Amino acid sequence: MDETIRKQLQATACRVRMGILTGIFHAKSGHPGGSLSIAELVTYLYFVKMHVDPKHPDMPDRDRLVLSKGHTAPALYAVLAERGFFPKEELEHLRHIGAMLQGHPCIHTPGVDMSSGSLGQGISAACGMALAGKLDSAAYHVYAILGDGELEEGQVWEAAMFAAHYGLDNLTAIVDNNGLQIDGKITDVCSPEPIDEKFRAFGWHVIVVDDAHDFDKLEEAFREAESISGKPVAIIQKSIKGKGVSFMENQVDWHGKAPNAEQYEQGMQELRAALAEWEA
Amino acid sequence: MAEVKKKATRESYGEALTALAERYPQLVVLDADLAAATKTGIFKKAYPDRFFDCGIAEENMMGVAAGLAAAGKIPFASTFAMFAAGRAYEIVRNSIGYPGLNVKIGATHAGISVGEDGATHQCNEDIALMRTIPGMTVIVPCDDTEAKSAVEAAIQHQGPVYMRFGRLAAPILNDPKTYRFEWGKGVQLRDGKDITIVATGLMVAEAVQAAEMLAREGISARVINIHTIKPLDRDMICMAAKETGCIVTVEEHSIIGGLGSAVADCVTECCPVPVVKIGINDEYGHSGSAVELLKEFGLTADNIAATVKKILNH
Repeated sequence: MDETIRKQLQATACRVRMGILTGIFHAKSGHPGGSLSIAELVTYLYFVKMHVDPKHPDMPDRDRLVLSKGHTAPALYAVLAERGFFPKEELEHLRHIGAMLQGHPCIHTPGVDMSSGSLGQGISAACGMALAGKLDSAAYHVYAILGDGELEEGQVWEAAMFAAHYGLDNLTAIVDNNGLQIDGKITDVCSPEPIDEKFRAFGWHVIVVDDAHDFDKLEEAFREAESISGKPVAIIQKSIKGKGVSFMENQVDWHGKAPNAEQYEQGMQELRAALAEWEA
Repeated sequence: MAEVKKKATRESYGEALTALAERYPQLVVLDADLAAATKTGIFKKAYPDRFFDCGIAEENMMGVAAGLAAAGKIPFASTFAMFAAGRAYEIVRNSIGYPGLNVKIGATHAGISVGEDGATHQCNEDIALMRTIPGMTVIVPCDDTEAKSAVEAAIQHQGPVYMRFGRLAAPILNDPKTYRFEWGKGVQLRDGKDITIVATGLMVAEAVQAAEMLAREGISARVINIHTIKPLDRDMICMAAKETGCIVTVEEHSIIGGLGSAVADCVTECCPVPVVKIGINDEYGHSGSAVELLKEFGLTADNIAATVKKILNH
């Protein structure tokens, strides 16, 4: 990847992280850990990969994204705001009464392709969209982002079977493998590992990204994904929950709570410093 | 008297989908390994490229239907009522209902008349479950004619629809040449002044028969067929309450949350009169032939007539 582009993307991911923190701080609730861990992923998708138009969020030939791990909506909202789907000020009203941005994604928000949040369901909807694309011989691609804990939902594997059976190669599922869920490490709670072998056994092409915060590695993975035909692709990205805010990194406690004013200021300071570096 | 023709509404469902496929190119059909029973197999044979078997995975099927609808298709998701409304309830609620997607759910084998398969497959709770979902239309056709018309009406309606079909052959009451399905409207089949019998689905024919029996004993019973349980035809129900002073509801469903509850909710608000509910009384069914079970659970013209006479102290 070109050095300039990479730096721009890193700066954008940093702004997405600031949007995540801002939204959750003002909401006084929400899920920072798993939002921060997909900042590079959503940045790469919405700024490089996906064919979307913020002025025409419903255009029929757009690429679609279903945030199956819907509790990390702050990441989706922050990237949609960065991309111009709605004003960034909306982030400050996240989860407030009468506001547009709901606690979990709602299809009526510009840029949101599917309501989600009850885990395990988004991947099925993504399968339906991909199937419709096949029926219409449409060029669009469908992306679904799943949590690793989410893989404990049986519906995910029903969908995995379906996608492979119908050869949905216009579908890419990205598993955000940050290793933590509400009750602890995924391997301690009720382990979905080995994730790669499971998807392979279900007939998917599997790509493992060992560092989800490295744009070059993301690009390499999506290039490989693009070259696969006849089967759906699962990208398993190894990420750090809470990435980018030092005291949240790899801390299960930061799965679903908001920072207080002091914590928010500290986090924003860290992100501002990082941003200055990328923008230099 | 000539024998009345009968057909199971699940069969009408499969035939209607097939007949309407040309006219509605966005129509696609999903099933969960029950195509032979839900009768979507008829569609599958005629339009194999527009039929998708999801295997025994109803939750995913409802989600796939949601995604298809989000991308402009009109999917009919088909399985037994137990799995459509029961097993997949939360997916129907969150992936179809909440986003308001244009999914049509064709639920067959509803009610006690499933028969021999027994309690695990006799869904007497689906109307209650589906009617609590905001924006969901709930339709229970009474015969072949009404079922076929309802399928087309559902296609023309923008938004989620739950359609309840039966396994048992139902008498054909409506003439396809003259019948028009009116969304959300009740059908008054017989006028009467002493009492009103409100029925849905398979029970409509029993209600008509009960009214005939009562007429022979000098009781004038109005009969209303409610094919659209939600939205309910409140005007027709309120008028019946005002004009006849008493209502008996009949459904092949639990008396909790179904047609009877919907009617009682309505009457309580507009014109409080006694509402007596005939249905499954907060209990499970068991194996047996459909006809024996309907008799045992009081879902017959005889029991409807007896109940009316008791209410009127006749």
